[in-house]
Order: sequence, then C-alpha cells, then structure tokens
Amino acid sequence: MPTARRIYMDHSAGKPVDPQVTEAMQPCDQSFYGNPSSLHQFGQEARQALEEARTKVAELINAERKETIIFTSGATESNNLAIKGVAYRNKDRGNRIITSSVEHMSVVNPVKYLTTKGFEAVLVPVDQYGFVSLKELGKELAEKTVLVSIVYANGEIGTIEPIKEISQIVHSKNAYLHVDATAANGQVPIDVQSEGIDLLTLSSNDMYGPRGVGALYVKDGIRVEPMFHGGGQERGLRSGTENAAGTVGFGKAAEIARKEMQTESERLIRLRDRLIKGLLQPIPYSFLNGHQTRRLPNNASVRYSFIEGESMLLSLDMMGVAASSGSACTAKTLEPSHVLLAIGLKHEEAHGSLMFTLGKQNSEEEVDYVINLMPDIVKRLRAMSPLTPKELKQ
Amino acid sequence: MYTEKVMEHFKNPRNMGEIPDADGVGTVGNPVCGDMMTIYIKVKDNHLEEIKFKTFGCGAAIATSSMVTEIAKGKTLGEAMKITRANVADSLGGLPPVKMHCSNLAADALHAAIEDYHKRQKEVKK
Repeated sequence: MPTARRIYMDHSAGKPVDPQVTEAMQPCDQSFYGNPSSLHQFGQEARQALEEARTKVAELINAERKETIIFTSGATESNNLAIKGVAYRNKDRGNRIITSSVEHMSVVNPVKYLTTKGFEAVLVPVDQYGFVSLKELGKELAEKTVLVSIVYANGEIGTIEPIKEISQIVHSKNAYLHVDATAANGQVPIDVQSEGIDLLTLSSNDMYGPRGVGALYVKDGIRVEPMFHGGGQERGLRSGTENAAGTVGFGKAAEIARKEMQTESERLIRLRDRLIKGLLQPIPYSFLNGHQTRRLPNNASVRYSFIEGESMLLSLDMMGVAASSGSACTAKTLEPSHVLLAIGLKHEEAHGSLMFTLGKQNSEEEVDYVINLMPDIVKRLRAMSPLTPKELKQ
Repeated sequence: MYTEKVMEHFKNPRNMGEIPDADGVGTVGNPVCGDMMTIYIKVKDNHLEEIKFKTFGCGAAIATSSMVTEIAKGKTLGEAMKITRANVADSLGGLPPVKMHCSNLAADALHAAIEDYHKRQKEVKK
C-alpha cells in the first residue's frame, strides 16, 4: 500500500510561504542591510522598505494611518503586548479584563498571568456554535473594566464572532476592545475603523508570509506599556532593530491577501462545504463543530462518536493526509481542547474531533481523496472501540 | 513521535475483538480521559488460552493493547500478573513521555481480567 500522495490540510497550524513573498524578501538581506534608524542612505533605504510594508499591512485592515501598525515577532507577542500593555498602562481606569472561553492560549495565559498581578479576569461563555454571549458580555462589563479581548474567528472551530456588535457593547462602557485576528486575517475582510476595533493582532504566516513576524494595530490615542525597553523603535512600543526582510515579506503577503481575498475565499468556501458534506453524509454519528455558514472559509471541523482523534490523525497520516485534532492525546496536556469543551461538548465528544484547514494549494481532487478515505478509517477504529453500539457492528 | 513498532501494532493490531464466552473481562480507563480498554480472556489449565482486546483511544492506547495480548498469550495466570506497564512500553521500543501514564493502561486491563476470572471461579465454587 504505497502512498506517494501528500495532502496538507493543517493550514491553521502553519502555512507555506507564497513564492511571490519569498521573491519580495530575497533582496532584503543583501540590499537593505542598513539599520532603518540610521541617517545614511543605507539606513534610509531599509526604512523605506519597512514603511512600505507598514502601509500594506495598514491597508489590509483599513487602519487610519500606517503608524498605527506596530511590527512584532508574531501573534503571541502581539497578544501579550496588547493585553499586558493595555492593562499595565491603564491601571488608573480599572483592573478588570474580560475575555471569552474560546481564546487562543496566547490570550488565555497573559490574562491568567495578570490575575497574579492584581487584575481580575472574567471569562464570557459562548453558545453551542462558539458565539460569544453578548448578553453575558454586557452584564460582566462593570465600570472598572479596562480591556475586552475577543478572537475575530476561532481557528479550531472556525466560528466568526460578531465583532461590530461586541465593539458597540464594549465601547458603551468605555472599555477598550482587543481582537485577535490571527486565524481570520487574510481570509475575511477586516476593517478596524468600521468594526470599532481598538487593538488588533495580525500574523504574517497565517496569510502566507514568513514566520517570526506579526503586528499589533493600536488605534491612535490608546496608551500601551511596552514589554521590551531599549532603543525606542516602533513608536517606543517594541524596541529592537526592525526585522526588515520579515516585514517586507509580511507586507507583500498582506498586499496579495488583499488582492486575492475575495476570489480565494469563494473558492475555499466551495471546497470547505464539499469537504464537510463528504465527511458527514456517508458516516453515521458524525457532526459539524461550529456554525454552518458563519465560519472561516478554510475550516472544516467535525467529530465522530466512539473513536478518538489521534488515532484518526495517524490513520490519515498513513495515507499521506495532514490534519489536526482537538483531542488531548495530540497535545502536551491531557485535557481536550478548551474550545471544544466551551461549546458544550462532553470530553469524549471532544476527543473524537478532527479538523481540516484548507489552503491555497488544496484542490477539489484532494478534497475528494480525503472524503473517500474517511469512511474506512472510521469503520476500522469503530470496530476496535468498546464504545461502538451494536447496530454499527457488522 | 511513535516508534516503528508502535505504528506497526497500530496498523495491524493483534488479537483485536471480543470473546463472547470469556472466562474473565477487565475494563480500565474511561472515555472522558480519552482512553478506555477492555481485555477478554479464556483460561485453560491455568494458562491464557485466548486473549482479545477492544480499545477506544489514541495510537499508543491501541498499540499497547495489542502488545499486551501478544506478550500474555499462552502464559500462566501468575506470569501474566507480573507483566507491567513498563514491560509493555519497552516491548514497543518506548512511548512518548506524555503517553506513559495516560495511554499505557493495557497491563492494568489484563490484570483486571485475570482478577475477574479468579472472582468468577470463587463464585462457581460457592
């Protein structure tokens, strides 16, 4: 049973860099090696490349001006800077921080950390689809709330949050809204001005740019305490000589995403819906995680009863297909994904989850290949499982 | 992450299934933790004549179940009771550290099945 095929459907974990991005970055280390802070031509050329990249990232999210974009080392740093930076710098406004139960660990853990520093953290629950409860959010927004941090779209179950409505509620109580758009950026149009976003986390690799680069949008007038102190780069919010090549690549990725987003998203939605249908229809006791339509164009998250996710991943990997799972058994901890538990799944249901995240190079033919594999994989594992009900055994 | 031996047992599990008229049955773990296994045994002349397993869980859980049945088959009940979790893991060429305690329950399931056999024997004598 030789498998020459290799199909990658784990794009939420990592994406290939677009060849156009690699090409744009190629001259940087040789041509723009001056320090952007230096006065001479070498420095100024690097500065220009950096600022062009900043403009492109700003345009992707319709930021009011390019200076609102602070380049960082990635989404984890951006989330840390936003949450800790706003909390520390605005202590005079309050010590309450609100977030949701479906956030990424790089939001969950900075918030948890702040509770050891005199801050109070509140988790707002989500419904069965993963939508943040607006009613609970409104209730929890006490006077001393300084920051609310909500994910734009969840990378595991794909649910896109109603950011504009969330923003209106948050701003009615004079708190700031930070949005983690790591999974969403490049896939869905984001407009920080019309959606009322105060701080926004962006990730380069999640839009086919290089790793090790990200950005935090900080609306004018919002005070943020830096985490790195040094030469005062990035408006003093992120000291350290700028990563010219990385940011140029990020800028190019943002430019491509902006240009291609609509056609690519439409294509992905067609593939996604074909995949979801094919994963669920032929297999009994199979379910969709998240919402049918209000989900990321590339996310197909499903679950199968009576079997466990990692054994499905191994089975797929044996056939050359890369996916991921919300089961504990693939992670460093023993608990299943907190996101799957937050939408109300039982532990054993969460363990049976399987997530495919599509990307640019995936084709309809690849989707069909995966659809054809799945029934036999599920059947084999169910035959081994003591939980499988009698009617499914043949 | 897994050794070739683990993958080989995952792909081709030995002694998978149920024994409807088993002399002893042992179940350990639970679906909440993500791992649950049941071992069925048939005993003849104090030896494990037949042994089968059913497992819900990750690759390591399936491979350790398969491996324990292979090690235990044909052994005396006393010998089988001495099979440890470490024996099973070693026979598979090792397991990732995180799997050592959560998914390496097969020896426990085997012991539970043998204890169940002894319990049933006592009840028969009564």
